[in-house]
Amino acid sequence: MFGFGRVKALAAVSALAIGLTTGAAQAADTIKVGILHSLSGTMAISETTLKDVMLMLIDDQNKKGGLLGKQLEAVVVDPASNWPLFAEKARELIEVNGTSVVFGCWTSVSRKSVLPVFEELNSMLFYPVQYEGEESSRNVFYTGAAPNQQAIPAVDYLMKTESVERWVLAGTDYVYPRTTNKILESYLKAKGVPAEDIMINYTPFGHSDWQTIVADIKKFGSAGKKTAVVSTINGDANVPFYKELGNQGIKAEDIPVVAFSVGEEELAGIDTGPLVGHLAAWNYFMSIDTPENDAFISKWHAFIGNEDRVTNDPMEAHYIGFKMWVQAVQQAGTTDVDAVRQAMYGQTVPNLTGGIAVMNTNHHLSKPVVIGEIQDDGQIQTVWSTDGVVVGDAWSDFIPESAKLTADWTYPWVCGGCEKPTY
Amino acid sequence: MIARLLALMIALCCGLPALAADPDDLPGLIDQLHTRDYAAMEQTVNAIAATGDPLAVAPLQALSDGDLYYRKSDDKVFIARKAESGTDLIDPLTGEFVENVGRRDARKIGINNNMRRALRGALGSLTLLSPDPSVRAAAAQSLFKSPDPNAVEALGQAIAAEKDAAIRTAMEEAQAASILLSDLDDATKIAAIESLADRGGRDAMSLLKGIPDTASDPVKAAAADGIASIEAALALWSTAQNIYYGISLGSVLLMAAIGLAITFGVMGVINMAHGEMVMLGAYTTYVVQEIIRNNAPGMFEFSLAIAVPLAFLVSGSVGVLIERTVIRYLYGRALETLLATWGVSLIIQQLVRSIFGPTNKEVGNPDFMSGAVQLGEMTLTYNRIWIIVFALVVLAMLMLVLKRTPLGLQMRAVTQNRRMAGAMGIRTDRVDALTFGLGSGIAGMAGVALSQIDNVSPNLGQSYIIDSFMVVVFGGVGNLWGTLVGALSLGIANKFLEPYAGAVLAKILVLVAIILFIQKRPRGLFALKGRAVES
Amino acid sequence: MRGLVFRAFDRGGMIFLGILFGLILLLALSNLLMPVGHALHAPTYLVSLIGKYLTYALLALSVDLIWGFCGILSLGHGAFFALGGYAMGMYLMRQIGDRGVYGNPELPDFMVFLNYSELPWYWHGFDMFWFAAIMIVFVPGLLAFIFGWFAFRSRVTGVYLSIITQAMTYALMLAFFRNNMGFGGNNGLTDFKDLLGFDLQNDGTRVGLLFASAAALGLGFLICKAVTRSKYGKVITAIRDAESRTRFLGYRVDRYKLAVFTLSACMAGVAGALYVPQVGIINPSEFTPANSIEVVVWVAVGGRGTLYGAVIGAILVNYAKTYLTGALPEIWLFALGGLFVFVTLFLPRGIVGAINGSGDGGPSPIMTKIRNWREARAMEGRS
Repeated sequence: MFGFGRVKALAAVSALAIGLTTGAAQAADTIKVGILHSLSGTMAISETTLKDVMLMLIDDQNKKGGLLGKQLEAVVVDPASNWPLFAEKARELIEVNGTSVVFGCWTSVSRKSVLPVFEELNSMLFYPVQYEGEESSRNVFYTGAAPNQQAIPAVDYLMKTESVERWVLAGTDYVYPRTTNKILESYLKAKGVPAEDIMINYTPFGHSDWQTIVADIKKFGSAGKKTAVVSTINGDANVPFYKELGNQGIKAEDIPVVAFSVGEEELAGIDTGPLVGHLAAWNYFMSIDTPENDAFISKWHAFIGNEDRVTNDPMEAHYIGFKMWVQAVQQAGTTDVDAVRQAMYGQTVPNLTGGIAVMNTNHHLSKPVVIGEIQDDGQIQTVWSTDGVVVGDAWSDFIPESAKLTADWTYPWVCGGCEKPTY
Repeated sequence: MIARLLALMIALCCGLPALAADPDDLPGLIDQLHTRDYAAMEQTVNAIAATGDPLAVAPLQALSDGDLYYRKSDDKVFIARKAESGTDLIDPLTGEFVENVGRRDARKIGINNNMRRALRGALGSLTLLSPDPSVRAAAAQSLFKSPDPNAVEALGQAIAAEKDAAIRTAMEEAQAASILLSDLDDATKIAAIESLADRGGRDAMSLLKGIPDTASDPVKAAAADGIASIEAALALWSTAQNIYYGISLGSVLLMAAIGLAITFGVMGVINMAHGEMVMLGAYTTYVVQEIIRNNAPGMFEFSLAIAVPLAFLVSGSVGVLIERTVIRYLYGRALETLLATWGVSLIIQQLVRSIFGPTNKEVGNPDFMSGAVQLGEMTLTYNRIWIIVFALVVLAMLMLVLKRTPLGLQMRAVTQNRRMAGAMGIRTDRVDALTFGLGSGIAGMAGVALSQIDNVSPNLGQSYIIDSFMVVVFGGVGNLWGTLVGALSLGIANKFLEPYAGAVLAKILVLVAIILFIQKRPRGLFALKGRAVES
Repeated sequence: MRGLVFRAFDRGGMIFLGILFGLILLLALSNLLMPVGHALHAPTYLVSLIGKYLTYALLALSVDLIWGFCGILSLGHGAFFALGGYAMGMYLMRQIGDRGVYGNPELPDFMVFLNYSELPWYWHGFDMFWFAAIMIVFVPGLLAFIFGWFAFRSRVTGVYLSIITQAMTYALMLAFFRNNMGFGGNNGLTDFKDLLGFDLQNDGTRVGLLFASAAALGLGFLICKAVTRSKYGKVITAIRDAESRTRFLGYRVDRYKLAVFTLSACMAGVAGALYVPQVGIINPSEFTPANSIEVVVWVAVGGRGTLYGAVIGAILVNYAKTYLTGALPEIWLFALGGLFVFVTLFLPRGIVGAINGSGDGGPSPIMTKIRNWREARAMEGRS
């Protein structure tokens, strides 16, 4: 009886495994679009919205008659903020579900985790979040900001407009803040800021007790020179950080904080009254008054059924990325990855903030940069913007090892990071 | 009179183009505020301040608060007030209602930080002679923060007229700060430096350090002396500040752990869903505040007072429900309660995510929870002070319940010897449910407190669960005093290590210390003695 | 020694190994020999998925050995798994050589990037596979030995031990998240190219890794079987059931516990090492206490105290996770959470315990019910 039980249990397992195999072999006459965003776990806070915006865009496209005469079908999976699971789910989307393109990922580590999968299976990923750069994969289109589209203009603005001389670079201890701070440090030094006027501080993810650090910032700021904080603090930790700033009475007039990871969505969880005047640098603000943005916001409100929901920069990135992909597929007349990739280069889509976004051959976008101040209604009001668009730079010029590298996926370079053309 | 003088001075110094208009044409100047050119706007603000007209306070205040709008149709500037539909436009000078327009027909005049600083100075000098002492005090404060060499004289006049000693001191300090930036003689400057050194504090130090290298040697020497004396005082205070931060972190840990001290410490249930009870408390606060915002905005100050008992009830009844449906079948199998409550915690998390959405929810701080009080050189934020008080009150009440009420007696009896207690006529299953409900309810109250300092999201509980277990185990399972001492010592240890080791390493060191400590005292700081603990 | 081997190869063990290798062989053949698109072709996706499950099963086995047989509930076994994984990851990083984006032959990309001028001392030697292979077993084993030596000697037991194992993995997680540690911080180690010269993206390598995982699982199973069936195993079980009594009988309880704990950590390390090349990334989130708790849940679901129960639990729960995150992405946590509650309440001895008697002997409630019902039917028929 013992042995019998064992056999039965194992048989059940193998039956399940075989069930998995057969699930793969089904084809339908739709174009499948994979959505790879965490719906549970720590990143669900940010990523769920992106899943919703993708569903909205796909729905919208289907109402317009679909693509190449077929309907689009969204395939949603939940990688649950678990990085190895991202790789597994990516493979499942491509191999089992047969998606033509995937929109997804938020954190750098999730992108790094799926990258080998997309390269091996030659599929296509649209990555919508501002990130540290230092990467250009043949199979990924980066629709978020590179450091030169966010950090450098913001620091320039503070130097010029607020004549800041002393800098606190505060960030969460992971690759995006490390890179951004490294770039900023060498940029500031090149501008003649002495080393003792730069303070760098790293905190763990989800850090919630900011008393000591805010006190340190206050101390650093009382050296008689105008001081500013450049914050690359990640999502969750921002709410307690800003609350502590507000309560300890650090006003934007005294020590302004410019953040690269704080958008409308993060501010929705805070009473922004005490934060008025702190800054954020992005490529998009919900408050920007253009007809395209108005239309996008109304559509979003109608889709999600809630007038209070905000829009933010990664949502615009998905909007641009999806539109570009649709145009590229229409031009190529197929969803074949290689053909679509060729059609992507030079593809243009009007930004929601005005101007035209262009997909460059280094797989990064040209977008405008806007700097805004936080308002008491949780919105960010533009105080400065670039005249035209800024070309996203995959390899920073301020890191010696990467300044040598070029990313260009067209002839003669055909390479994501090399010193000489491959042809 | 003084204001006129001030106006003249400013006009002479800057020769403002804005003054090309009639300086008394206040309405005209105010309409000029509508511009995207911040430099021009700043000049207009200075010109308005220069009129010295008390009527100018309202529009400048509105501009600073973001309530100054312009009408799209004719670019005229108004103070805006949100109405039932659209926006009410109010005349900026007379305060009379003009008309109601659609939300997109009038737009806010945006300002930047430079403008805010300029406005702070302008409002400060305009309100120095206000009849309201609190306004005068605030004016002195803002002039101290935005010192302006042109305000020296106005401050002198205000000081002469001031009756209130505290406000006069504040004004003198503001004057000293302004003198440092002016081109007055060295003797005046050195006197100002001394007055600032007496005041002490970071702001004063910042002003002294900001004295330019071009200053004369005696001034620089006086400044260096001043800085040295302030720094010596600050070093002393920083130790006290660290202790306070430690107590504050400890009280947060205590708050998070008290509930667990009941469910885990007293009942022996390894309650992995404890964090979710805390989260439910925080969401209760959110719901209470939402209802108040929509129905009775005036009650907002009381939202926390309403939320505390409600959170206790919500989390407590969820706790009772869990106990009745799951945990009661698992008594005596402590390790298996871990698995079941783990499952329960996943379900509650997802449930909250499905109902409220995955994004952070805004829980506001009522006025008594925002801001800080300055004690010497220590900044004590109100929310942290109230959390310390709240944690201690909850702990004290819980001890009273356990030691002085029949329910507490029965609880202790059941945990010590279930069968004997049953034989004495205690309804053990009812006591079990109530105990678990009590622990969960307290966790819910902790959620109300934590909602004031942390994110309110479905992940809230997860970030506290491990720390809570550490506190309870470190302090000694089943002993509330242990939990108190454990939480405070972990908090203080963490905060003293943080300046040297950084936030991450400090936490790692504390964890390693706990592991080593448990080797020394395998049952925590305050171990229960006797045979019962062996089982 | 012969007796030990024999004990391991009892009938149940043979059946288990037979089924394990039979299925794996079938899967491998259908992946490599059948043309893509054929109904019997197993996609590569399935190969790495099953490979991953097998490493999880080995991890579950290691937890079952100490929890099911010795009563040590470790809530930090993920740490040993991750350490083994990091050792393998370091080897794989060194194998990349100058194929990284910055083309530095010595330093991995993240070090170039963080301005390291030379390799930290603890990275030396990992360019050789034999060294890495030793470290995979040695590092987790050493940590477990030191940790256990302190803990068991001072008689930290039960819940206290569980909590400090949790503290251990939590501290390690925070440490590995720090970029200054030289392990790549939050991004961990990734972008692996090849293992012993075999391209990791090749289907053949994947099948090879699948076989290696199956072999490791089989070996781990045999070791556990041998240990638990030996005299040594009887003492361990005695410790589980009555620790003080065993001590009073003159056994050095702490030594027995230490030995089995260290063995189990080594097994977890091997599991981690096989896991990393199959999923392509190792990062500090493997250290999160939640992961370790989940391993315990697999064992509980399968049935603690029965070795194949742990294997079945691990595979089943992970299959459920794979399936549900795809099929019910919005609500899968309800299903998973519900499963845990259901199993603890209604199947206290896990799935295996419910199907047949438990490892401790004695019929399971379900089987007893069925038997009673059958007997009642038989009686009715006769009358």
